[in-house]
Amino acid sequence: MNFLQAVKMALKSILSNKLRSLLTMLGIIIGVTAVIALVALGQGATKSVTANLESLGTNLLTVNIVGRGSTSTLKITDAVAFADKVKGIQYIAPTSTQSTSVKYGTTTKTVSVIGTNADYAPLRDYKVASGRFLAQIDLDVYQKVAVIGATTATDLFGFADPLGEYILIQGTRYKVVGVLEAKGSSTTGSNDEVVMIPQTSAERLFKSIGVRTIYVQVATTDQIDSVVAGLETELSAHFRGNTDSYRVFNQSDALSTLSSVTSTLTLALAGIAGISLLVGGIGIMNIMLVSVTERTREIGIRKAIGAKRRDILIQFLIESMVLSGLGGLLGIGIGIGAAQGASSAFKMDIAFSLNVIIIAFVFSVAIGVLFGMFPANKAAKLKPIDALRFE
Amino acid sequence: MKAASESLIRISKLSKTYKMGGETLKALDDVTLTVDQGDFIAIIGPSGSGKSTLMNVIGCLDAPSSGEYWLDGEEVSRLRENKLAEIRNRKIGFIFQGFNLLSRLSAIENVELPLIYRGVPAKQRREQAVEALTKVGLEERIHHRPSELSGGQQQRVAIARALAGNPPILLADEPTGALDTKTGKEVMGYMKELNALGHTIVLITHDPVISQQAKRVVRIMDGKLNEEGGGRNELLTSG
Repeated sequence: MNFLQAVKMALKSILSNKLRSLLTMLGIIIGVTAVIALVALGQGATKSVTANLESLGTNLLTVNIVGRGSTSTLKITDAVAFADKVKGIQYIAPTSTQSTSVKYGTTTKTVSVIGTNADYAPLRDYKVASGRFLAQIDLDVYQKVAVIGATTATDLFGFADPLGEYILIQGTRYKVVGVLEAKGSSTTGSNDEVVMIPQTSAERLFKSIGVRTIYVQVATTDQIDSVVAGLETELSAHFRGNTDSYRVFNQSDALSTLSSVTSTLTLALAGIAGISLLVGGIGIMNIMLVSVTERTREIGIRKAIGAKRRDILIQFLIESMVLSGLGGLLGIGIGIGAAQGASSAFKMDIAFSLNVIIIAFVFSVAIGVLFGMFPANKAAKLKPIDALRFE
Repeated sequence: MKAASESLIRISKLSKTYKMGGETLKALDDVTLTVDQGDFIAIIGPSGSGKSTLMNVIGCLDAPSSGEYWLDGEEVSRLRENKLAEIRNRKIGFIFQGFNLLSRLSAIENVELPLIYRGVPAKQRREQAVEALTKVGLEERIHHRPSELSGGQQQRVAIARALAGNPPILLADEPTGALDTKTGKEVMGYMKELNALGHTIVLITHDPVISQQAKRVVRIMDGKLNEEGGGRNELLTSG
């Protein structure tokens, strides 16, 4: 008996009992649907977060200053001096950020006011839409100039040209010299609801000396480790060996942390899916056992007219395999549909991976074989005379 | 008596014992039987006489406890299950009392079944099945399911299934048992016709009227066989 013939026979027997077959497949369908939909959503989320992180630049380092004793910050000049001492630093931008209200005319808006230097734009991938960005000279002479984000510009000025206008930051007048291009939001909030002013002016405005955050761009990826080491040496020297007063944060570390989180999540998903497929498999085994008992006479007839053990075994194995495989296919279809439905309903990113789909299908077929083995073997071992006598 | 090598079935000193709760039950006791090519033999006996056991042994569905069973020149009493399945497939065509057709399959699919297990290619299989169904006059109903056929027609499908593989022996177990007298006669008519065409038929029944239609009658009682009328030649002249 060839394989195709056996598949035909199995399909016929499955179709002759549609409702029962569907209910039997339900466990597998739900399991596979869950895997496909959840993995698609999970991978979609990972992808968008990764893309976000990468848009910040993978060569980006962030130095956070916690401080030691009463000195909780680092002076700008000290910070910029690192660039000369440590090799491989392309851009360095000491930054202090404060959320505060900004006023133009009668419009008030709460934005992030960032005190920084000229390196900040290339470092964080900001592009100037009109006007100019901050320059070193602005810092040197404590200029009261501001570069505003795209959203801030439309919020405060509407369609009017902000260039040359004055805005009030905590009551102090700042001249708008540049407007940035829109950049979109990231995990850390909107990148466009910002106002950037020279760091030196910010110190006066916020009445605090020094910075707590320094962004560093490394020239090439293979220099990251040496730059991190160099920065740590400098910082350690500056804080007199107190390694708790600063932290160098590596963007690629964040990426690998993220990917380890997602792989743990994926593993957990696979576990849940595995359990539901197992339950589905037990359901299939159950029904196959019932089916074998119901069809004892059929098995007897088949054996009487010349079916060998192997023929019966294959018949029932293929039946459970087709059952679970069909369930797998339906699950894949429903899963893709569900993921797409969820993504359009909740505006979530989804990503289908062919690997996961293939694995889900193969796994469901394998479940069929595994759990079909026991009933099929039971059927194959029936003695023809006993089976024929069965009522 | 013909030489043993020419006999289709040669059973000698065959016994079958069952153990039932410590007691040994002899279902077949030293049975000896020879069936030649072209025979039409009826095995008659009341229920519990061992005739079902004999039919199971002849049909290679059950193995005897002792003795020899030569079927078509091959000793089959000690063969393994798979080998027996092959012998059933090639050498024996079963006709059962309850028809034993597969209800989900159409007439032609039922008839094709033994050929599927023999590994006959699809096209040839179909031809042979149609041919067998034509022999029993059901060429018009090959796509009907058993439930759409009358009892007589179902039994004819079963006969066609037995014939499809062209086995040397047709083994019929109470073929008229589930049929009314009229269709029973019709089926017996087919059996006789098949015998006239050269098929060897072993018929098992409890009904003396049915057994009368065979060329040769063997009576079984308490697991022991005896040829009615002392031999087939006498039987033929008397019947």
